[in-house]
Amino acid sequence: MSRKPMLLAAEGVNKSFAGFKAINDLNFYLEEGELRTVIGPNGAGKTSFLDLITGRTKPDTGSIKWEEETELTHLSEYEIFRLGIGRKFQTPTVYTDHTVFENLVLSLEGSRGVFASIFGKLRRLERERIFDILKTINLTAKAEWKAGALAHGQKQWLEIGMLLAQNAKLLLVDEPAAGMTDEETHRTGELLLSLAGEHTIVVIEHDMVFVRQIAAGRKVTVLHQGSVLCEGPVDEVQNDERVIEVYLGRKHRHD
Amino acid sequence: MMTPFPPPTPKEILARLEIFLICAGSLLLVVFLPLLNISGTIDNYTLNLWGKYLCYGILAISVDLLWGYTGLLSLGQALFFSLGGYMMGMYLMRMIGSLGQYKKPMPDFLVFLGWTELPTFWKPFDSFLFAAIMIVLLPSIIALVFGYLAFRSRIKGVYFSILTQALTYAAALMFFRNDMLMGGNNGFTDFKFILGQNLREPATQRGLYIATAVLTVGAFLICRWLTKTKFGLVQRAIRDSETRVLFSGYAAANYKLFVFVLCAVLAALGGALYVPQVGIINPSEMWPDKSLEAVVWCAVGGRGTLVGPIIGAVSVNALKSWATTEYPDLWLILLGGLFILVVLFLPKGIVGIPGMIAGAFKRAPKEEAPAEPAAAEPIVKTEAEA
Repeated sequence: MSRKPMLLAAEGVNKSFAGFKAINDLNFYLEEGELRTVIGPNGAGKTSFLDLITGRTKPDTGSIKWEEETELTHLSEYEIFRLGIGRKFQTPTVYTDHTVFENLVLSLEGSRGVFASIFGKLRRLERERIFDILKTINLTAKAEWKAGALAHGQKQWLEIGMLLAQNAKLLLVDEPAAGMTDEETHRTGELLLSLAGEHTIVVIEHDMVFVRQIAAGRKVTVLHQGSVLCEGPVDEVQNDERVIEVYLGRKHRHD
Repeated sequence: MMTPFPPPTPKEILARLEIFLICAGSLLLVVFLPLLNISGTIDNYTLNLWGKYLCYGILAISVDLLWGYTGLLSLGQALFFSLGGYMMGMYLMRMIGSLGQYKKPMPDFLVFLGWTELPTFWKPFDSFLFAAIMIVLLPSIIALVFGYLAFRSRIKGVYFSILTQALTYAAALMFFRNDMLMGGNNGFTDFKFILGQNLREPATQRGLYIATAVLTVGAFLICRWLTKTKFGLVQRAIRDSETRVLFSGYAAANYKLFVFVLCAVLAALGGALYVPQVGIINPSEMWPDKSLEAVVWCAVGGRGTLVGPIIGAVSVNALKSWATTEYPDLWLILLGGLFILVVLFLPKGIVGIPGMIAGAFKRAPKEEAPAEPAAAEPIVKTEAEA
């Protein structure tokens, strides 16, 4: 087998909440540079899986390895972030009382220490970088706005911008197109595609039009009841009997 | 592309006005009040009262930096205030020398408890320098240990408030005990000298007042600067959404610990200057209601503004001085009523009143306009451009 280094390898992961098995013996492998789309019906464990990767929750059993050596399940949220794993939440989670610009300052890569934050100055290069990002996410005109005053779709972009500012190796993007207009959705797709080379990206999504846009020719993972149902190119997956069944709820003939 | 935001002029005007007001206020406190006292316009009693109010003002700043900016409602700031006071008190007790009631070269209460020799931990307090170091060191160590344990366990919100209150209550009970050798429920009093100066001299009291005013202005400026750095951004981010901060890679616990220790030191410095001006320190200063009062000052003046808490501390205490002589039984009801009124009608406190008036005039053209003037632009514009 061709053996590209694994950026992320989750093996035998289990997690239940009050008896409900959110993640059930999940195995998931991600190579560096991939743009992977994860789909699955509601409650399939997509967001729970991101929670496990980013340290928000700890698995009951199993391991999640980063670059084949670091065990993520032992680290806290901010330590995982510092390895280069960034996350965009399902509902836009920006600092609403800070300006758009300040949101990006907070996300900018660099030291996270207390004293660095007190005595550090925003360098000209960093400022330029923020303005570049503002341009990319189309929020230049709103840099001084409080993030809470942005429209929903703009908050989504701002949060993607925050991921860019962080310059993470792995971007975990949870339903980026939720609540966006078709046009915004399309642009979001283009933005993600443009990042695909430099970063490894995992996108969780419901919107199949959007999935087809970003996953064309790439691998798609289908989650169902907390484990991987199947993986493969988007066309193949979409025509897979089991996938259709879990999505449309068509029952097996009893034989 | 040009810088997209030439800062709007009204904002600049406001910024200049702010700096002017800060300078004017600082001059008033540090220079004019003492001058008026020397010239006899302000009597010694009033100046002394202002010194006391400003010590409370420093305490209130520490509450604001914790509560208003970091979202940590500490109900234990009076503990650190008192600890600073006690450390200063120990020095002042030693400066009494043999002039106490018992004419022995050590504090009266120790003689009364049957001690013939000074306990070892009292000895270094003969030195002002040592006392000064302890004023800073002891509260920071306690804040560091307590804060480390609390923040590491991710204790937040009301649980943090309850724990800090329990801490100060426990400390008060401890200081009430005579075998603590800190003066029991009488605490320390009857001070005579500080740095060789007679505490009863108006000039000494004026000096103490000036030191307090300088410290108040200094504390205000340092905190103001701090909240404008990136640290301030993180602080406010922790206040608004701590979980998100972790996913931005910040160890929120370290930031909170830093603020907690810094505020403990601030409160302790306030307390250390308070004691020689009021002439007494006893465990009732760390009773839970004292910390709650500090929260009220902060809310009344305007939380999250730094200047508001100073104004709140001065005005509420001036009110208290008046009310406790005129209507001694009604004071607590007045205080509670004031707090409720502020929470209901003045969410931004006294400092927020001009903004509320300005807002009432502006409201007509546009509803719920975000604070920034740029908001006049239509939101749909980017979508049209796309």
